[in-house]
Amino acid sequence: MRIDASKVDRIVDAYGCHRDSLISILQDVQAECSYLPEDALKRVAKRLKLPLIQVYGVATFFKAFSLQPRGEHMVRVCLGTACHVRGAPAVLDEVRRQLDVEPGETTEDSRFTLETVNCLGACALGPLVVVDSEYQGQITPGKVKRVLKQYMNDGRGK
Amino acid sequence: MIELTIDGTKVRAAPGTTVLEAAREMGIVIPTLCYYPGLSSYGECRVCLVEMVKGRGRSSLEASCALPVEQGQVILTSSAKVKKARRVVVELLLASCPSSKTLQCMASNMGINQVRFKIKPRECILCGRCVRYCKEQMRSGGIGFTGRGTARRVTTAFGHTPEECRNCGGCQWICPVCERACTADSLVNGLCGGCQNLAHVETCEICTGCSESVGAHGHTVY
Ligand code: SF4
Ligand code: SF4
Ligand code: FES
Ligand code: FES
Repeated sequence: MRIDASKVDRIVDAYGCHRDSLISILQDVQAECSYLPEDALKRVAKRLKLPLIQVYGVATFFKAFSLQPRGEHMVRVCLGTACHVRGAPAVLDEVRRQLDVEPGETTEDSRFTLETVNCLGACALGPLVVVDSEYQGQITPGKVKRVLKQYMNDGRGK
Repeated sequence: MIELTIDGTKVRAAPGTTVLEAAREMGIVIPTLCYYPGLSSYGECRVCLVEMVKGRGRSSLEASCALPVEQGQVILTSSAKVKKARRVVVELLLASCPSSKTLQCMASNMGINQVRFKIKPRECILCGRCVRYCKEQMRSGGIGFTGRGTARRVTTAFGHTPEECRNCGGCQWICPVCERACTADSLVNGLCGGCQNLAHVETCEICTGCSESVGAHGHTVY
């Protein structure tokens, strides 16, 4: 994905081209492109007059930032303690099998990105899977397919 | 001037100096790794630990390279507590960098006879010397820390040689780890012991004695 420099410039200018706003700027760039493309980071570094490595360091420090293109839907499987004891590993295995990707990867048709997280603060609902921003509580390996299907068939369909 | 006591001797130091500098001024040896004269203090490696006596039998361990001198401070630089703590620190560092000669030498100086931690070579102790050198001395900022936790590394952005880099080689020169590795090829308890190895050393046929330290197998014969 090519991001045009003017888009990045607009975001940078919205924050007054200030170094202190680096994280907010990156958040907005990510919201715009769904990830942080190399070109965009270079542009941000140039505009803020920061060494690229500093921008890159921040982008790699926070888990919320991604340097890889992400799929249309984010699937987050919680592996926190509470979810773990309630059977999250089996759920993860099923999601992996259904989507045919490993955690951190995106499906070939770029519809889904799979990620694991360690506790989402909703332990009572565990085992928990969050797709985009919808919480799917008390999930079992058997329910995984049905949940994912809702997202497979939206939009373009497949 | 500030007056403090280091190892029972009263010393005076200018405000703003660190305990490490004050102690070195007196000729006291304190090992350091992440500290480097001319670079800012970073306080990461913890091998420069000293004991700060607080009275009533209490004391705390502090990194001397990042500890400013204070009026009436009482510092011990080689108490049993300090020595023990430093040994653990070096053991931990060795577990992530067993090939570092600096670390191996430090270990033998401290009388460490085994590394009790699982050895996972990462070839970097994240001391940040290279990063600070690049930024503060070269005014470049080509390299830096990326990632966090166990994924923390020193790298260049996207793995490309950065535009800012001046090819000074300083980052490599200043690194306490990416130097000539220990030549002993088998670690016993995580320690090399190469220097104590008295096996016959082969040298170049036309060797004029380049005085490189050689291990059990000598250096390459050219
Ligand atoms: S060689 Fe490049 S990256 Fe290394 S210290 Fe010099 S300017 Fe910095
Ligand atoms: S590469 Fe060397 S100097 Fe740089 S942080 Fe790692 S150990 Fe320290
Ligand atoms: S452990 Fe899964 S939400 Fe807390
Ligand atoms: S030299 Fe003091 S913490 Fe590294």
